[in-house]
Amino acid sequence: MNGGDDVVAAPAGSPQPLEWKFSQVFGERTAGEEVQEVDIISAIEFDKSGDHLATGDRGGRVVLFERTDTKDHGGSRRDLERMDYSVSRHPEFRYKTEFQSHEPEFDYLKSLEIEEKINKIRWCQTGNGALFLLSTNDKTIKFWKVQEKKVKKISEMNLDNSKGMGNGSIASSSNSTSPRQYLANGGSPDRSCGYLSNDFSFPPEGIPSLRLPVVVTSHETSLMARCRRVYAHAHDYHINSISNNSDGETFISADDLRINLWNLEISNQSFNIVDVKPANMEDLTEVITSAEFHPTHCNTLAYSSSKGSIRLIDLRQSALCDSHAKLFEEQEAPGSRSFFTEIIASISDIKFGKDGRYILSRDYMTLKLWDINMDSGPVATFQVHEYLRPKLCDLYENDSIFDKFECCLSGDGLRVATGSYSNLFRVFGCAPGSTEATTLEASKNPMRRQVQTPSRPTRSLGSSITRVVRRGAESPGVDANGNSFDFTTKLLHLAWHPSENSIACAAANSLYMYYA
Amino acid sequence: MSAVDEPLYPIALLIDELKNDDIQLRLNSIRRLSTIARALGEERTRKELIPFLSENNDDDDEVLLAMAEELGVFVSYVGGVEHAHVLLPPLETLCTVEETCVRDRAVESLCRIGSQMRENDLVDCFIPLVKRLAAGEWFTARVSACGLFHIAYSSAPEMLKTELRSIYSQLCQDDMPMVRRSAASNLGKFAATVESSHLKTDIMSIFEDLTRDDQDSVRLLAVESCAALGKLLEPQDCVAHILPVIVNFSQDKSWRVRYMVANQLYELCEAVGPEPTRMELVPAYVRLLRDNEAEVRIAAAGKVTKFCRIVNPDLAIQNILPCVKELSSDSSQHVRSALASVIMGMAPVLGKDATIDQLLPIFLSLLKDEFPDVRLNIISKLDQVNQVIGIDLLSQSLLPAIVELAEDRHWRVRLAIIEYIPLLASQLGVGFFDDKLGALCMQWLQDKVHAIREAGATNLKRLAEEFGPVWAMQHIIPQVLEMINNSHYLYRMTILRAISLLAPVMGPEITSSKLLPAVITASKDRVPNIKFNVAKVLQSIFPIVDQSVVEKTIRPCFVELSEDPDVDVRYFSSQGLQAIDNVMMS
Repeated sequence: MNGGDDVVAAPAGSPQPLEWKFSQVFGERTAGEEVQEVDIISAIEFDKSGDHLATGDRGGRVVLFERTDTKDHGGSRRDLERMDYSVSRHPEFRYKTEFQSHEPEFDYLKSLEIEEKINKIRWCQTGNGALFLLSTNDKTIKFWKVQEKKVKKISEMNLDNSKGMGNGSIASSSNSTSPRQYLANGGSPDRSCGYLSNDFSFPPEGIPSLRLPVVVTSHETSLMARCRRVYAHAHDYHINSISNNSDGETFISADDLRINLWNLEISNQSFNIVDVKPANMEDLTEVITSAEFHPTHCNTLAYSSSKGSIRLIDLRQSALCDSHAKLFEEQEAPGSRSFFTEIIASISDIKFGKDGRYILSRDYMTLKLWDINMDSGPVATFQVHEYLRPKLCDLYENDSIFDKFECCLSGDGLRVATGSYSNLFRVFGCAPGSTEATTLEASKNPMRRQVQTPSRPTRSLGSSITRVVRRGAESPGVDANGNSFDFTTKLLHLAWHPSENSIACAAANSLYMYYA
Repeated sequence: MSAVDEPLYPIALLIDELKNDDIQLRLNSIRRLSTIARALGEERTRKELIPFLSENNDDDDEVLLAMAEELGVFVSYVGGVEHAHVLLPPLETLCTVEETCVRDRAVESLCRIGSQMRENDLVDCFIPLVKRLAAGEWFTARVSACGLFHIAYSSAPEMLKTELRSIYSQLCQDDMPMVRRSAASNLGKFAATVESSHLKTDIMSIFEDLTRDDQDSVRLLAVESCAALGKLLEPQDCVAHILPVIVNFSQDKSWRVRYMVANQLYELCEAVGPEPTRMELVPAYVRLLRDNEAEVRIAAAGKVTKFCRIVNPDLAIQNILPCVKELSSDSSQHVRSALASVIMGMAPVLGKDATIDQLLPIFLSLLKDEFPDVRLNIISKLDQVNQVIGIDLLSQSLLPAIVELAEDRHWRVRLAIIEYIPLLASQLGVGFFDDKLGALCMQWLQDKVHAIREAGATNLKRLAEEFGPVWAMQHIIPQVLEMINNSHYLYRMTILRAISLLAPVMGPEITSSKLLPAVITASKDRVPNIKFNVAKVLQSIFPIVDQSVVEKTIRPCFVELSEDPDVDVRYFSSQGLQAIDNVMMS
């Protein structure tokens, strides 16, 4: 139940900046290869143990990878459940399986096309050697079970195959879904039932000529992905987040205006717990952009808004949590307001740190780290896109300003990362005194574009106990190599391994993995 | 492949289909597992069928569920109680699957088998199984284990008992909330089998840990064990250990926990006895009635009558009644609705004077509530108040409420009030009814919604039963017969329906003199639907009337209709003729 060590309790000396190295790439693009729209990765998620990684794409597929460098794969499962794990080597993954999670649909009532694009993936508690995960597109959430199955064949039956084929029957037509037919179908199931119903008496010692089918289990295994449940028809708007509760039985799904609470085992009802829809849609000023459960407190939930605020709600307070327990937002500096202020303030992603003390948020220009015990302002702000400020007008014109970048925290809570344009992503140290700010490129040579920017805090809230840092900015509009930024190649999705310094990030259809 | 004798063919097929590709066929075979077992005989069932099932446990959940269910009643097919243990291995695997309903069923079946097993078999087979599951690698096994302890415990020798208690306490501290939830919800059952000396020590400490769990979902379930444990403990222990927990829970931070307390409060009161209830639980209950969360108030309001019954009337008037007054104007309609559904029951508890002084104003305000559910709930329980203070005090307010509901624009509301009309009629008496409600009853026969017309017809029948044929002859029949000339065929059809319902109540005389002629006239209708409905009505009323009337009136009518150009009319009338002939023959 304990998430991990408290970040604040970490030793005072700030850790050394990490030296990032390329580890792996899946689906690398060859020169000149055109990227298919459906292959573009739209979600990345490690499971809690870090032994599995899932990606979702715009074509509605979910691809699973498994870690190969951990030797004791079949080790104590109780340990796996507890997800305490440590290995010396850096994580390496291999392709495990993939399945089609969502298909394009059409809502006839609303005349709306529903894209198959996977918006989010969340792993659930593993059990019985099977993997479980939730995946969602704009409207429908699905619960998947992925399991290895031994291939079995039936070798012996009571009835002769050849004999039955002659009397083509009702039963064989009811069986039409399966091409193979082991049985001699003399009669329909009804007939056999009726025949045996009452007066057929068996000798007490049984009938020796009858035998059970003999099943031969081969050593071959096949991975089977089965959709166990479909949670549909609960969202009028597009689902932007799903998140599991630490109680292991519930999860939430959030769309632009509402958050619903589900029980994993019940797919036909959900409870609305947050509703920000105004009575008159013309009064709408703010939408929900992201929502996540606290990693250990079953009753705490955070959601972010398009106005740049994060609300923490306590599910214990009432059934419909319209009033928040805590509100985190940064007061804008007076006089700095412009047309773009509100657009760039919109939070695109929030993540809890592993121990639940901190929340990381990403807006268009910055990453902010919040302490849930301090609602006066973020404890740290990291400039990601400050150099784009003069170009906001262009970014607005080409809609790039609405790009939704994700963010992530390292398992030890000492670093944070987020994506940017030109397939770049940035890693910042957030431990006290850390000045780490690294820019990496999603390519086989991540340090290629490394820019050394001596960074220091540029702003202070005047409070001696909180560390307020603002750094990492000052990059010019043109990168170190003199290339201008490419707004079409953006790195939106990335995930940090739960226990190691390893990052998986998506550049279009390619999945790059780095370690340090 | 062996050839199978012809008579064995169906059973051979059934066995083969255990492994068919089509899930429906596999399911069908599993459901008839007992037939397969009988065909194989007890010995081969033990040695072949059961191991076969143990190995083939990776099937679809539906099949596994059916298997878990069948195995629970399989003891006689494996050769009786002394062989019951062979059924444990397949069920043990089913206890570990991830689908909850399969696991629950497997646990249920294991309990059923375990409770029949001989004591030494329990010790040799069942208890080790429980221990294996409790130490299971995956949480699913440990969840299932919690539900088996109460079967295993009582026959265990002393050493094992100690071990089982300590295993259970470990399960209550499991890392997985799912396991702790299962342990919490099964605690009551397990505690009932534990000796009272250990109950006070081991079980109570387990219980106290659960009540402090940081997962709300675990604490919720601990609330339920309060009542179960309370019943097992001596009164003084209950007051010392359970009561403080209940009081704490009633002030829990989580509304879901408080909701559970509100829902369970009556059972909890029963468990702790009357005296402490008065002292400790009345204030707790009052807090719940005034809770911030509407869901909690709904649960609490719904228990108000039950609760008042176990405390004395003075206490109820002093403490509870003021809250009830507040709730009657609660901001949530669901709270008011929950209150309205039980508040009438408070009248007998509080007695006449208090009812008139205190409750009547609340009834009246709820009867004027803006939400129909609230009004309906009051009306549905009218009889309880009538016994205490008579209806007169209410009738002035009742009538507008009834009329408004009867004309509500939602047909479900109209339907609900129609269903209470016979109750109202019996409570209000004939005089009141004739004056005020008679016209409404006729109006429903011409409602736009079929369900209302249908209910209106049934209502007439129930009224006729209530007030007798003489009254009906005067107040129902003429009005109904008048409407058979309505220009709309659907309304004419409703009248036919009403006639067929009224006929048995009115008796042969009135049926043949008044109702039958109207039906016969309707058989000349221009709409075929009316005509075949006439045939149906005649079919239902001919057994009531005299044989001579059947021959003179009904049969000729059938004969005529059986030559109708419309195929349905012909069909129903020939059916009618056949029915008459059948009765004649017998």
